[in-house]
Amino acid sequence: MLSTRVIPVLLLRNKGLVKTTRFDKSKYIGDPINAVKLFNDKEVDELVFLDIDAGKQNRKPDFDLIKNIASECFMPLGYGGGITEYEDIAKLFAIGVEKVIINSAALQDLQLVSQASKVFGDQSIVVSVDVQKNLWGKHQIYSHAKIKHQRSDLIGYIQEAQNAGAGEIIINAVDQDGIMQGYDLVLIQEVAAATRVPVVACGGAGTLADLQKAVAVGASGVAAGSLFIYHGPHKAVLINYPTQQQLKELLQ
Amino acid sequence: MITIIDYGMGNLGSIHNMIKKIGFQSEITDNAERIRAASKIILPGVGAFDKAMSNLENLNLIELIRQKATAKTPLLGICLGMQLLANGSEEGVLPGLGLIPGKVKQFVLSSGYKVPHMGWNTVDYEQESPLFEGFERFEEARFYFVHSYHFVCDDERHILGRTDYGAAFTSAVQSAQVYGVQFHPEKSHKFGMQLLKNFIELV
Repeated sequence: MLSTRVIPVLLLRNKGLVKTTRFDKSKYIGDPINAVKLFNDKEVDELVFLDIDAGKQNRKPDFDLIKNIASECFMPLGYGGGITEYEDIAKLFAIGVEKVIINSAALQDLQLVSQASKVFGDQSIVVSVDVQKNLWGKHQIYSHAKIKHQRSDLIGYIQEAQNAGAGEIIINAVDQDGIMQGYDLVLIQEVAAATRVPVVACGGAGTLADLQKAVAVGASGVAAGSLFIYHGPHKAVLINYPTQQQLKELLQ
Repeated sequence: MITIIDYGMGNLGSIHNMIKKIGFQSEITDNAERIRAASKIILPGVGAFDKAMSNLENLNLIELIRQKATAKTPLLGICLGMQLLANGSEEGVLPGLGLIPGKVKQFVLSSGYKVPHMGWNTVDYEQESPLFEGFERFEEARFYFVHSYHFVCDDERHILGRTDYGAAFTSAVQSAQVYGVQFHPEKSHKFGMQLLKNFIELV
């Protein structure tokens, strides 16, 4: 069985799908339910939705929308965005989400991660970390404006998240987001070498060969937005995904 | 009508939609009359064993499901729904539906294997069954699993398929027209569609 997971990551904004560049300049892509139906036909093994506004707007996940998405997903679904307390997580599992992705709430306090992973199993609790290079080119945790006293030491934080019960780590390279010029391989290697749980690389994939490179440096899963949303040099919106045969040739 | 029993144990939308996708109609209901009239019954569910059994009890569905099974209406239990087919579970104290003799047990795994068993895995078919018809056209069929307990059959003849997770466990069961699968066909795209189609086309 192909053990590397290749995961489309779709961003939600105002109930629509968007794609960002470096976490900014969001471009409207289409309707999320439509996209799920297209990815169903492509036989995708896992799909991730991130609500990029919920946290910033201090609101809860859009449970109705997520329930509709889960109802259309013929593959396991991961969701992140606006999760601040245990009840949010319990509700997401109840409406059909398979994996819950925690980002800023974990940065504030890893207690939520431990609590949830004890009840639901750590395989279903994912911690996502946004990473940016500082002026000196050193990787540090992207600073979320609303979080006070945020730490910046990346590896220390990831190891603590893992010890708290995160069953998987998604590494999101902010500088690479939407650029389609390859993953930050140094970052992925550094994180994968320091963790025992699966690391999913996200941010920068522009070609199928990029996926292979991330796997070669230790990623257990490779996630991408633009690669599976855009087609051609002019970035026309076209939902696409490699065939199992292509993936096997590439990743096995 | 293909009837999906809604007894408050999870989102059943993807089962309904997958059936629609393969060209059939189904209904999601907790209504005893609708279930009595069903030509096929799907018993899904995620959550705890006792909660599921007491929800079925409160809806007066336990005897009805047993009657339908005795009357040879094809029944498919999915995930927790499969486990409810057993006589009981280590997860709870309430008796199960008792449609396939056996007990549901907690995973006891060697180190390196985590509970819940979660992710894609394959099924080794132990015997021929209409449920797995047509699967030879796939190079390698795989299914999505999320569970901490597994079915242990009293009678080996009821084992349809096994899956390896540290050790082999029973991942598909059948007794007459009663079927159960531990994995989620509705989250296993084309493989799940083939399985649901097989179930729907049972005579």
